[in-house]
Amino acid sequence: MDGRQWNELRPIRIESGVLPNADGSAYVEMGKNKIIVGVFGPREMHPKHLAKPHTGVLKCRYHMAPFSTDPRRSPAPSRRDNEITMVMRYALEPAIFLERYPRSSVDVYAEVLEADGGTRCASITAATVALVDAGIPMKDLVVACSAGKYNGRVVLDLGDYEDKNGEADMPFAYMPQLNKVTLLQMDGILSAEELDQCMNLALEGCKKIYEAQREALKKKYGLEKVEKPQEKTAAEPQEIDEEEDDA
Amino acid sequence: MSNKYGITSRLKLKKIQETLTTGKRLDGRGLLDTREIKIRTNVLEKAEGSAEVYMGNTRVLVGVKIGVGEPFEDTPGEGVLMCNAEFVPIASPAFEPGPPDENSIELARIVDRGLRSVGVVDFSKLDIIPGKKVYLINVDIYILNHAGNLIDASAIAAIAALRKTIKPVYEVKDGEVIATGKRVPLEVLKTPVAVTMLKIGDSLIVDPSADEEEAMETRLTVTIEDDGNICTMQKSGPEGLTLDEIRKAINIAKEKAPGIRSKIEETG
Repeated sequence: MDGRQWNELRPIRIESGVLPNADGSAYVEMGKNKIIVGVFGPREMHPKHLAKPHTGVLKCRYHMAPFSTDPRRSPAPSRRDNEITMVMRYALEPAIFLERYPRSSVDVYAEVLEADGGTRCASITAATVALVDAGIPMKDLVVACSAGKYNGRVVLDLGDYEDKNGEADMPFAYMPQLNKVTLLQMDGILSAEELDQCMNLALEGCKKIYEAQREALKKKYGLEKVEKPQEKTAAEPQEIDEEEDDA
Repeated sequence: MSNKYGITSRLKLKKIQETLTTGKRLDGRGLLDTREIKIRTNVLEKAEGSAEVYMGNTRVLVGVKIGVGEPFEDTPGEGVLMCNAEFVPIASPAFEPGPPDENSIELARIVDRGLRSVGVVDFSKLDIIPGKKVYLINVDIYILNHAGNLIDASAIAAIAALRKTIKPVYEVKDGEVIATGKRVPLEVLKTPVAVTMLKIGDSLIVDPSADEEEAMETRLTVTIEDDGNICTMQKSGPEGLTLDEIRKAINIAKEKAPGIRSKIEETG
């Protein structure tokens, strides 16, 4: 639609450490999407009764700025925002060693400044970078992008127009090292084969964005090689320690 | 383990997991056995359409109300269909009065997207004054007893109620919208069916009970339309899935959907 190949991502730019007051932050531009994410914590849980004695709690908020869409949207969270907040939490939770922070919370706030389709995916991608920037120990990075069907063809990374006028849209998030899908939604009509094509396409897209995430982190921390697999106790999966100079 | 509402004892959650490794479930069902589904339609008089669904002890009531309202700005010539879910406190000790929480919003949106993505009605035929006044179809989901698998039960009740909905006919006279008093059946084009699966340990199960939902790691809902295509998916829960698990779940959903659809079609 915008001159891209069917398997081509929109240009993506990720920057980490953009908010001085947050413990970790990231800014993502993906096509015309502009999203900024701040991470606070691990910090004391508020309200206190929500704290869990055996594990930390991940709190998320996905929110769209009133000027992010045309026409203006109300700043009050919509049902859609609430749902995305929830799936975003479920997408990020499997990647975080929350059990290391009992009674605490890790707060992830994603603000969409400008929306152009695929904001939930870009938010998850940015939130992951912000979590690493905050020094939260992670099992893996979470990368997200969408695939879908537009004009009878399976395509990667749908923009706003393709999303609204296409046959199907499938937001997808993936942990490349653990090989697990943590976000999967779909709207529209797809046969099982097309769905399979979409998932493979989204997987390829995620791998490219994964590189962009790692670049952003390397740039911030000046690390040549960030991957340093460590054997933890037998029960714990391998940890990719990307936040060493922040610890 | 998520223990969403935290009302199932840890011992029971552990027992659920242990039993699943033997290929059985705590209530004696096999992993892919569903509970008996009972559907009653036209249970309400004031609503334009209604249905009540029992799935084991789960009980869901749906009322469809049709009114006149304004279209969405991005689809000016099309009618509006909206789903809303109420987790009323009589349904479970874990439900509290108050504004909808994220679980009820998620449920309503999954059912809503399932109905809208397949074009369950022809929305372009539901305008009255193009760009100004359209038919509003409100699908209100009322959970009366929560014994698990509320999404599938609600989706069945919603489509069963829509299939029985009688639409009041409105006319335009001197720029005013007036009711003619005539009523015609709402034309329903598709019958999407939602199939929700849980992953607990290494097992995938369908039609989960409330206790099993507390023990879940991941949940995947797949909505299947009449010719076997997939129209909505939603993954939920604090763990991830592999691509193979997703493929397996889609196949299960495709196997289960026709049986449920014929139950809905039996109601007329």
